[in-house]
Amino acid sequence: MKLELRGITKRFGSFAANEDVHLTVESGRVHTLLGENGAGKSTLMNVLFGLYEPTEGEILLDGRSVRFSGPGEAMRAGIGMVHQHFMLVPVFTVAENVALGDEHTRAAGILDLEATRRRIREISDQYGFHVDPDAVVEDLPVGVQQRVEIIKALVRDARILILDEPTAVLTPQETDELLEIIRQLRADGTAVVFISHKLREVKAISDDITVLRRGRVVGTADPTADAAELAALMVGRDVVLHRAKAEPRLGEETFRVEHLTVVGPTGQVLVNDVSFGIRQGEVLAVAGVQGNGQTELTEAIMGLQPKATGSVRLDGEELLGRSTRRIIRTGVGYVPEDRSTDGLVGSFSVAENMVLNRFDTAPAGTAVQLRPRAIRELAERRVAEFDVRTQGVDLPVSSLSGGNQQKVVMARELVDGLRLFIASQPTRGVDVGSIEFLHDRIIAERDAGTPVLIVSTELDEVMELADRIAVMYHGRIVDIVPGDASRDRLGLLMAGQTAGDTDQEGPRA
Amino acid sequence: MSTAAPQPVTPRPAVSGADRTAVRPAAAEPQTVAVRNWSVPILLSVFTLVSLLVFSLNAPAETATFRISNPSDAVVLPDLAAPAGPTAWVLTAVLAAATAAAWLLTVRGRRVPGWLAGLFALAFVAAFLVWVVGSADNTTVFLTGLIAGSFTLAVPLIFGSMAGILSERSGVVNIAIEGQLLAGAFLAAVVGSQTGSVWAGLIAAVVAGVLVSWLLAVFSITYLVNQVIVGVVLNVLVAGLTSFLFSTVLSDNSSTLNSPPRFPQIRIPGLADIPVIGPILFDQTILGYGMYLIVGLLWFGLFRTRWGLRVRAVGEHPKAADTVGIAVNRTRYLSVLLGGAVAGMGGAFFTLVSASSFSKEMTAGQGFIALAAVIFGRWNPIGAFFAALLFGFATNMQYVLAILGTPVPSQFMAMLPYLVTVFAVAGLVGRSRGPAAAGVPYVKE
Repeated sequence: MKLELRGITKRFGSFAANEDVHLTVESGRVHTLLGENGAGKSTLMNVLFGLYEPTEGEILLDGRSVRFSGPGEAMRAGIGMVHQHFMLVPVFTVAENVALGDEHTRAAGILDLEATRRRIREISDQYGFHVDPDAVVEDLPVGVQQRVEIIKALVRDARILILDEPTAVLTPQETDELLEIIRQLRADGTAVVFISHKLREVKAISDDITVLRRGRVVGTADPTADAAELAALMVGRDVVLHRAKAEPRLGEETFRVEHLTVVGPTGQVLVNDVSFGIRQGEVLAVAGVQGNGQTELTEAIMGLQPKATGSVRLDGEELLGRSTRRIIRTGVGYVPEDRSTDGLVGSFSVAENMVLNRFDTAPAGTAVQLRPRAIRELAERRVAEFDVRTQGVDLPVSSLSGGNQQKVVMARELVDGLRLFIASQPTRGVDVGSIEFLHDRIIAERDAGTPVLIVSTELDEVMELADRIAVMYHGRIVDIVPGDASRDRLGLLMAGQTAGDTDQEGPRA
Repeated sequence: MSTAAPQPVTPRPAVSGADRTAVRPAAAEPQTVAVRNWSVPILLSVFTLVSLLVFSLNAPAETATFRISNPSDAVVLPDLAAPAGPTAWVLTAVLAAATAAAWLLTVRGRRVPGWLAGLFALAFVAAFLVWVVGSADNTTVFLTGLIAGSFTLAVPLIFGSMAGILSERSGVVNIAIEGQLLAGAFLAAVVGSQTGSVWAGLIAAVVAGVLVSWLLAVFSITYLVNQVIVGVVLNVLVAGLTSFLFSTVLSDNSSTLNSPPRFPQIRIPGLADIPVIGPILFDQTILGYGMYLIVGLLWFGLFRTRWGLRVRAVGEHPKAADTVGIAVNRTRYLSVLLGGAVAGMGGAFFTLVSASSFSKEMTAGQGFIALAAVIFGRWNPIGAFFAALLFGFATNMQYVLAILGTPVPSQFMAMLPYLVTVFAVAGLVGRSRGPAAAGVPYVKE
C-alpha cells in the first residue's frame, strides 16, 4: 500500500498550519515526520486521518485520489492512528475501547465482546503485548494504554499506522519496547508514519525522514544524518545541542525537604517519604516518568497539597502548613507544570498575568487598588527583558504562542531576590529557540546563587540543566545521582530499578 | 444500593491539557493508605440517637398494626401487629449494632459496605413507621397499599429519571426534565380531551416531550449554550406557557379541552392475587407496565448493545468516539430526543392516570426529584429506578400519615421527600461519578 500527500494546505483563518506539503509513505517502511512543536505535524496527520478537511491538495491511496469526511472513513481505508493524547474512554475496559466504532454484534445490535476479546488476545500474543482485554483502561499504565491504541488500529486492519509523538509519555525502556514493536510492524508490511522531535529515536527507527518547519516541508534527510544537522534543519538555524555550563559555585544548603509524604484524596501515597536538600547555586533536577509524584512534590512545597506531612525548610523556616501566598512572599518562584491551567489566566492581558502573584504589593498596587500604569511599565520592562514576542502587553496572553506564554510565566516568577526557584516542565511544548533562552535564564538564576529545583520528564532537559539528578518512581526518590550520570543508568532508575552502587547521597539521606 | 453502575469509584485525576495521567502513580504496586471517611459512622450515630430518644424512649403505649391483605383477597395473610415500645427497642438495638460495626470498620480503615447501610436504613424506616403509626389517632395502616401507592407516585419520577439518564449518558445535562413532564401532561390533557382517546393523548405527550428536548438539544449541542441555563430557562418557559394557556383557554373550556380520558387499571389475573407483590406489581395501567419495560430495555440497551456502548462513549470521551467514526452530535441529539419522548410519557401519567385534569404547575418539582434519582442511582437505569421508588415512598408516607392523624406536623412531613433527596444525594451513597463529558459541548476543531 502506498500513500501519497500532494500539495496539502490547511489554513485556519489566515494562519496556514500546513502549506503545500508533499509526502509519500510506502508499506514496510517507517517514515518520520520531524519537526518542532507547532511545525504542523499533528495538523497534517489530522488532515490525513479525516479529522480536518484540507484547504487544498489531495490524498492518494495506491494512486487513487481519496477524500475522507471523517476518521471512520480513513479507518475503513486502512489508516490507523495512535494519538498523542490517547483516544481511549478511561472507564471502559480494553475490549470495549477496542470494539467501539467497529463492534461485533449479534442480532439486534447486541454486543459480542467475546469476539473482540479473541482478536485482542491474538494480536497481543503475536506482538507480545500482554494486554488483558477485561482490564479497565484508566487502571493501566500509559505504556499499556498505548498498546491498546495500537491494537485498536490493528483490529481494524490498518495498513498505514500513524504514531503521533508516541514516546512523549514513555520511559526509555518503554520507548525501546515501542521501537521494537514498530520494527515488527514494519516487517509485517505495515507503513508507519512516526512523528517526533526527538532526534535519537528518529535516527534509530526511520527509513525516510521529512522535516517540517512552520507548516512547510523544508527538506528530507537520511537517518544516518548527523543529529546536529537534523536539528538545524528542524529549527532553521544552527543549534548547539549540548552547551557547557560553568561549574556550580556551591553555597550553603538553604533548602531542605525531610520525610515529605503526600496522600491523595482516595488514599494513594503520591509522594512517599522523600528527603533531599539543595544548596545555593545548585540545580537539582527531578527526573521520572510522568505521574510518579513529581507534580505533587512541587505542589506540596508550594502549599498546594492539603495532605502533606514531613518538613520543608527554607533558610530554616518551615514552609509546610503555610498558605501558598505566604510561601510566595517568602521568596519562592514557582513555574507550574501546565501553564494554560495553572500558570496563566488566558483571557487576562500579558500585563495582568505578569503581576498575578504580586498585584497587591508595590509597584503593582495596594491592598485596595491596582495601579494600571505601573503594571504596564513593569510588564513592558519584563517583556523586553525576556524577549516575549507580543504585539503589546494589553493583548490577552492566550493569543501568544506556547513558547512566549512560558516566557511570561518565567518572567513573572524569576524576580530579584528569590530564595528558591522551582520550575515544573519548564519547556514543555516550547519551540527549540525558546528552550535555549529559558534554559539560559534558569542557569543564570543558579549562578546568582539561588537553589533551583527542576522537574522534567524530558531526559535531555534534565541532563542539560542538572548538577544533581533525583529520580522518582512511584512517589519515592529511587536515587540521587550526579548530573553527568549516564542515560542508561537514569533509564533504569526511572523504571524503578535501584543500582547497587549509590554515590554521594542515598535515597533517604 | 448495590445495583450501581459498573464503575469503580476512583477519582478522576485533574485533567490537564498536557497529560491526563498527571496525578496517578504509573503502574503496579499500588501504594495506598486508608482514607477514613468519618461522615458515615457519625451520620449513623445521629440516626441511632434519634431512634433511641424519639422512637424508643418516647414510644407510644399502643400497638401499631400493619394490615397486609384485604379481607376480600384470594389469599389473606394475617396482620402484622407490633407493640410500639418493645419493637422500637429491638430496632434501636439493631441500629446501634450497625453503627458500632461502622465505627469499627472505619477505625480499621475499611469502607462501610453497602448492605450494612441498607440494613440500617431499613431498620430506621421500620422504627419510624412503628413509632409514627403507634402514635397516630388510627393505629392501623394498610402496608401493601402504602407500598403500592409509592410505586404509583414513583412512576413519573422513574420516567423522568430515564429521560435524564438517556440525556446525561450521552453528555448533555438535562435540567429540563421538569419542563418535559409538564409539557407532556399539558398536551396529553388537551389532545386526550379533544379526541377522547388515551392513546392520542399519550402520543401527544410524547410529541410535547420531544419538542422541549429538541429545544434543549438545539441550544446546548448546536449553539453550545450552557446546558444548565438552557434547562432552567426551558422549565420556566414551559411552566409559564402552560399556566398562561390554562388560565386563558383551558379553564373556560374545561369540558372540551381539559377533561381527558384515563387509562384503565389492568389486573393480571392470577398474578395480581399473590399477596403483597400482586397488588403492587400486577394491578397497573398500561403506562405502569410500560415503565418496567422501559427501565429494563434501557439498562440492557446501555450496557449490552452497540447503541449503548456508543452513547456512553460519547458521554465519556466524545473525541475518542469521534476518532473511531462515531457521529458525536448526532448521537447526542438522538439520545436527548429519545429522553424527551420518555419524559413526555411520564408527563402523560399526570393527566391520563393520576389526576382527571391538567392544573397549573402540576408536576410540582418532580422533574428535579427525578434528576436526584439519576444521581442517586449513579446514572444506571436500575439504580435510578430504586432511587425513584425511595422518593415515591417518602412522598406516600406523607399522604398516609396525614390521613392517620400523626403527631408530626404535616408541613414537616411534606419536607420528607426533599430531605431524603438531600441525604441520599449528598453523602450516603459515597461519591457518585457521572459521565465525564456531561455538560461539555463537543466542538470539532
